[in-house]
Amino acid sequence: MASLGIHNIRKVYPNGVEVLKGINLDIADGEFLILVGGSGCGKSTLLNMIAGLETVTEGEISIGGKRVNDLPPKDRDIAMVFQSYALYPSMSVRQNIAFGLSLRKVPKAEQEATIARVAKLLQIEPLLDRKPAQLSGGQRQRVAMGRALAREPQIFLFDEPLSNLDAKLRVEMRSEIKLLHKRLGITTVYVTHDQIEAMTLGDKIAVMKDGVVQQFGTPDEIYNRPVNTFVAGFMGSPPMNLIPATLSINDGKLYAEITVGPTAAKRVQLPLVGFEMSRLHERMVDGAPVLLGLRPEHLTDTGRSKGAAANLTVPIDLAEPTGADTLIFITLGGVRCIARLHPAAVAAHDEVDLVVDTSAAVLFDPSTQNAVAFAAD
Amino acid sequence: MAMNRVSRFFLYFMLILAALYALAPMWVMLSTSLKTLDEIREGSLIAAPHAPTIEPWLKAWGTACSGVRCEGLKPFFLNSLLMTIPAVLISTLVGALNGYALTHWRFRGSDFLFTALLVGCFIPFQVVLLPMARLLGAVGISDSVFGLIFVHVVYGLAFTTLFFRNYYIGVPGELVKAARVDGAGFFTIFQRILLPISGPIFMVCVIWQFTQIWNDFLFGVVFAGSDSQPVTVALNNLVRTSTGVKEYNVDMAAAIIAALPTLLVYIVAGKYFVRGLTAGAVKG
Repeated sequence: MASLGIHNIRKVYPNGVEVLKGINLDIADGEFLILVGGSGCGKSTLLNMIAGLETVTEGEISIGGKRVNDLPPKDRDIAMVFQSYALYPSMSVRQNIAFGLSLRKVPKAEQEATIARVAKLLQIEPLLDRKPAQLSGGQRQRVAMGRALAREPQIFLFDEPLSNLDAKLRVEMRSEIKLLHKRLGITTVYVTHDQIEAMTLGDKIAVMKDGVVQQFGTPDEIYNRPVNTFVAGFMGSPPMNLIPATLSINDGKLYAEITVGPTAAKRVQLPLVGFEMSRLHERMVDGAPVLLGLRPEHLTDTGRSKGAAANLTVPIDLAEPTGADTLIFITLGGVRCIARLHPAAVAAHDEVDLVVDTSAAVLFDPSTQNAVAFAAD
Repeated sequence: MAMNRVSRFFLYFMLILAALYALAPMWVMLSTSLKTLDEIREGSLIAAPHAPTIEPWLKAWGTACSGVRCEGLKPFFLNSLLMTIPAVLISTLVGALNGYALTHWRFRGSDFLFTALLVGCFIPFQVVLLPMARLLGAVGISDSVFGLIFVHVVYGLAFTTLFFRNYYIGVPGELVKAARVDGAGFFTIFQRILLPISGPIFMVCVIWQFTQIWNDFLFGVVFAGSDSQPVTVALNNLVRTSTGVKEYNVDMAAAIIAALPTLLVYIVAGKYFVRGLTAGAVKG
């Protein structure tokens, strides 16, 4: 097992396209790193570079403190699980698992022992003599993981391993991967475009866009303290509401003034609980425009409030019951917002009383889209 | 129902008619080759032989004269085998290797190279005759079976590369990446991962190349020495060499003998041909 260091990594293709523009990430031994972002953000390219399948244009990748830039994949002590599983079609499951071992001249008896151990761990013993074509999607996924596990690698690389599975299986395999990581403690890099996978699996998350890491932190930091509106919108489902508001300062206290309802007829001032004047960005003066970032769960019914809040009565545009919660669509600051309520609180009303937990809000500067203020802890 | 039966009858009638039309020449050849010369002169063209004899076949195989040699087709048939089998195998294997490199080990200019190879498919035989003759002379393998093998391999590469390239492009790149991570190199991946799933396209290539090379006349007549002539050239000579009487029965038997190997390849491997041409991506 090993730590992983990625320093000032750039990748420029011969046609001049720069897909990675200086990436810096460090994870400790045993940590689970998620690379998340939309398609074309460079996350898979970065993973391939860690694996040694793509060359590094500039910068340094180190595994366990040792520079590996110029090592071929097989000498990096890594194992990789691919989106399409990439099982060798002509070989049985057993041969698939043994392939890497036999190439590294592991003695036959030891190969057998490894296969048995891995098969037991992943519960694929009955499948060992089947061909990949005879396996279901979930089984192929297990075999692909088994093949990777057999190597006992320093680092595990996953390239969107669950995106070919159906929704139910995806949730199952997700917790299995997490369990496996917990048991084995192998350093892992996991690429996904699914923010739920990112939140549930990662010790650290790197949110990427256009070849740049937007934010690198724990799931908690990423979720509660997004550094810009991209991260705020990308992580969380439904995403964070970004409400155009005006900052007002009164008696040393901060308020966000927003319009309410589709007609914007009503204006309210929400006290920003926990925000301190002294920690405010210099451009945030009285009357400055801001984007008030609020998660749906921080716009909720009176029954769920935890104090520290402001009250608001808003007309409901649309209600979407999801079972445990009902999501309601409302208009605040002239934009569509989503609030998460207890189903009973919504029943057949045109209007609803909301509690706004501004102590969990994030203020963004509309001109730079960057976060400018969080509530004090 | 009644309408259905009528249209069905019409359908089969047309199909049988087409089949008969296609098989008629084959039948004429076969029946003529089993008749004596006297019977050919008296009887009708399409009548079955009433006293079948294999005499013409024996003569065509062993003693008929082509040019000045009177050894039948046998030595030339062997020449053809000697030329065709290595040429088919070499061009197919190299084509497979080319297709693999062009799809899974892209390099700068690989797309251009592929386009250039494609152009090779459209170059008529006649265009390469003179330059190839000069080249074979310079290398010192003109008038030999090696020269013929070389010519057929070079000419066939464009086709075999195209076949394999189009097949391998359906093989997911992640398969090759996975094997690289597992520690396999260029040839190990080709041999252990790609070749085992190439069965269908291999058959297509072998059938295609075998037919092309076995049936070729032009390269054979231009580049072969007198003792390395393929059976197609010998057949031509045999039919054109006559000592007085024209022996249609021997000519027909010789023609069938010359065509037999390709027929056999189609019968044995024909079903793979269609399967290989329609085979899509490999499910793994």
